[in-house]
Amino acid sequence: MRSLTLVLMPKWRTARVRFRQGQSPGKALTIGGVGAVFWLAVFGVLYRVLSYFRGVEEIGPLLAAKLLGLALLAFLSILLLSNVITALSSFYLAKDLDLLVSSPADWLHIYLAKLGETMVHSSWMVALMAVPIFAAYGVIYDSGWLFGPFAVLVFLPILLIPAVLGSAFTLILVNVFPARRTRDLLSIIAIAAAGGVVLLFRIIRPERLARPEGFQSLLDFITLLRAPTSPLLPSEWATDAVMGWLVGPFDWLPLLLLWSSAAATVVLGAALHFRLYPSGFTKAQEGAERFVKGWVWQAILGPLFRPLSVSKREFVIKDLKLFFRDTTQWSQLILLAVLVVIYLFNIRALPLFTGEQVPFNLVTVISFLNLGLAGFVLASIAARFVFPAISLEGRQMWLLRSSPLDLRALLWSKYWVGTVPLLGLALIITVFTNVILKATPFIMAVGVGTIFLLTLAISAMALGFGALYPQFETENAAQIPTSFGGLVFMMSTVALLALVIMIEAVPVYGYLHANYLHQPFRVDGVMIGSFAAVAAICLGLTVVSLKVGLKRMEGFEF
Amino acid sequence: MIRLERLTKTYGKFVAVNAVDLHVPPGELFGFLGPNGAGKTTTLRMIAGILRPTAGRIWLGGDDLLVDPMSAKRRLGFIPDRPFVYEKLTGAEFLRFVAGLYGQDGAVVERRIDELLELFELSVWKHELVESYSHGMRQKLIISSALIHRPECIVVDEPMVGLDPRGARLLKDIFRAFVERGGTVLMSTHTLEVAQAMCDRIAIIQEGSIVARGTIDELRQQTTAGDASLEELFLKLTGGEAIQELAAILSEEAGLRGQKSETRSQESGIGGRAAGSGAPKPRGKRADS
Repeated sequence: MRSLTLVLMPKWRTARVRFRQGQSPGKALTIGGVGAVFWLAVFGVLYRVLSYFRGVEEIGPLLAAKLLGLALLAFLSILLLSNVITALSSFYLAKDLDLLVSSPADWLHIYLAKLGETMVHSSWMVALMAVPIFAAYGVIYDSGWLFGPFAVLVFLPILLIPAVLGSAFTLILVNVFPARRTRDLLSIIAIAAAGGVVLLFRIIRPERLARPEGFQSLLDFITLLRAPTSPLLPSEWATDAVMGWLVGPFDWLPLLLLWSSAAATVVLGAALHFRLYPSGFTKAQEGAERFVKGWVWQAILGPLFRPLSVSKREFVIKDLKLFFRDTTQWSQLILLAVLVVIYLFNIRALPLFTGEQVPFNLVTVISFLNLGLAGFVLASIAARFVFPAISLEGRQMWLLRSSPLDLRALLWSKYWVGTVPLLGLALIITVFTNVILKATPFIMAVGVGTIFLLTLAISAMALGFGALYPQFETENAAQIPTSFGGLVFMMSTVALLALVIMIEAVPVYGYLHANYLHQPFRVDGVMIGSFAAVAAICLGLTVVSLKVGLKRMEGFEF
Repeated sequence: MIRLERLTKTYGKFVAVNAVDLHVPPGELFGFLGPNGAGKTTTLRMIAGILRPTAGRIWLGGDDLLVDPMSAKRRLGFIPDRPFVYEKLTGAEFLRFVAGLYGQDGAVVERRIDELLELFELSVWKHELVESYSHGMRQKLIISSALIHRPECIVVDEPMVGLDPRGARLLKDIFRAFVERGGTVLMSTHTLEVAQAMCDRIAIIQEGSIVARGTIDELRQQTTAGDASLEELFLKLTGGEAIQELAAILSEEAGLRGQKSETRSQESGIGGRAAGSGAPKPRGKRADS
């Protein structure tokens, strides 16, 4: 047991020191504030839904149970996927493995320590999400204070079982493929699966189920609710245990099933680990030997960027190569494509053109507010692709700082490599949605002009905040946007979007008003002033963000 | 070629480098020695333009690094101690990229890439991603990148780490040839044999300040150390005599134990190693020996 404590000690100490070092009042307040708002929002929505369910005779508790079952099933699927990916890092690619494997520490202790690490890393977000859900159930059904510990007792196996299964699946995969290849493979599978599920979910249009005409017979509906969704899955046992506690009759069997299954999976996982880990770990040491056709890139991109100076050209080509050779990076494009398709699908699915006459004002307002939504989508994409750009140079900064490369050229390259695709996407989204919404030329012009300016500003802010909150030590680009700096960037972008929409609301209101009164629409001083203010804000923010980023980069020391 | 004037770097109250003055003329290979944490790497990283000095000036050729960093850096090739490079570029692509940072491209660069990869026996790996290179191969690639733009001076931090004997020998020859052609090398190393064999002059830094400098003979004179080796001089100058004495005691004790066990095994007729391994270790004082 002592060696298990020893194996776990460095991780625990590192986490504690990081937590203490990373704490500043502003940061704690921001994270705490955002967390509280999120928790309250989830709690509030669920509270309303469950209150409504509780008021419905007969099927109320059934609906509440069904909802919990679905939530837990979703958690289980997310956890399984997340554990498979995390296990690859913690069991095969982590830096402390050489030390652990070469030490006389017991294999079982190493397994348990790494299993715990995998579980914590992949489950903390789901665990946080579960708190307001269980809290809402507890409050609505007046469950008493003992429900808290009971919920923890029920939820722990839900975290543990996917951790063991995910680790076991990775163990088998690593024995078949080299670890680095497996990581590439898993990144693509995971993202494609996530994208596919989201796409499928959207395309079946679940909102139709909420319409009364969707139900053929109430009896069929109740029968469906009474039937267990997945009787062999831990999520169903957890639901039975929780609902048994809340509405009765209470039964120990689901809890027993949960814990005995968790214990059994740990034992089986350990046995599998004992048999396969040594060979898997050895295979994981193999490099992903790959010859690449670099000349193809050079032949295509070289002439394309010929007008640029040599250093800028090489920098842009280097950035593009690194992006498309890193599976964890380019595979995000799959999600991006899904996001855009869903966005356009949602606009198309709006029940605007089902009736005879669509109110002109409604279409105009939706087209205008769509700007904010499109801006938010762009901000999320910038957070994912532009924000990490400076952090990803961290380890190579010795080369960039010791060479005569002007940092402005570096920032310039990063800015345009991020902004040009973002701008293309922004214009596609705006033009397509406005065409779908049959917006007027005025709204189309306002939309295209504003999104153009917003994209310039958002991209510059992503770079600026990326330089202000760099994450040089991280090896995974996907983790950078979820850092504190990423959160601050997103909050600032939302503030910018709100400001721009508020300013432009004035001329748009004037346009609508003139149309309502059947008066000719005139371009006046207020309108010009509003659009000039938006242009000044966006361009000013672009310049200031890039200057702040440059200043910060000049101060970097390595 | 490299001139430091009262170069200082502080981190809060801690003085990492304290008013260092140094001049390395063209055509000289200068060794920069010191114990761990003495300020060697900090000094070299300031010369490379990676760290900003708290005070003092750095001249590379005729250019002040702080006033005209672009011109100064153009003269320099820097080789760090830790070979971090872009993992998803091939060796050739990395060299092409570095040449681009110095504003160079075209057929000249392509020829130079082939030359350097050939020289460091990396030609076979030219089109393979750096992520599959070994530590030594990465080190060779970084050394190639420092030479790609034909610098006037090279600043190198621990060049031999990770290199095989063949690579180490090659590097020594390259540096020698480089200084013979008028280039300048400022090299930090812990391998004192390498420093003694290669360097024209040496400076020893301790706690941020240079405590001695000159040729080996000049250092011997400064420390009145007779014909001592560089290792002995280094230990004397950096307060390592106690360690040297301890090492001598331990080796003498080990010799004594060996003698005793040999005697015992001869007396009992058992193999010396077996008898020695089971016996308690004597805790003799120096006077005993």
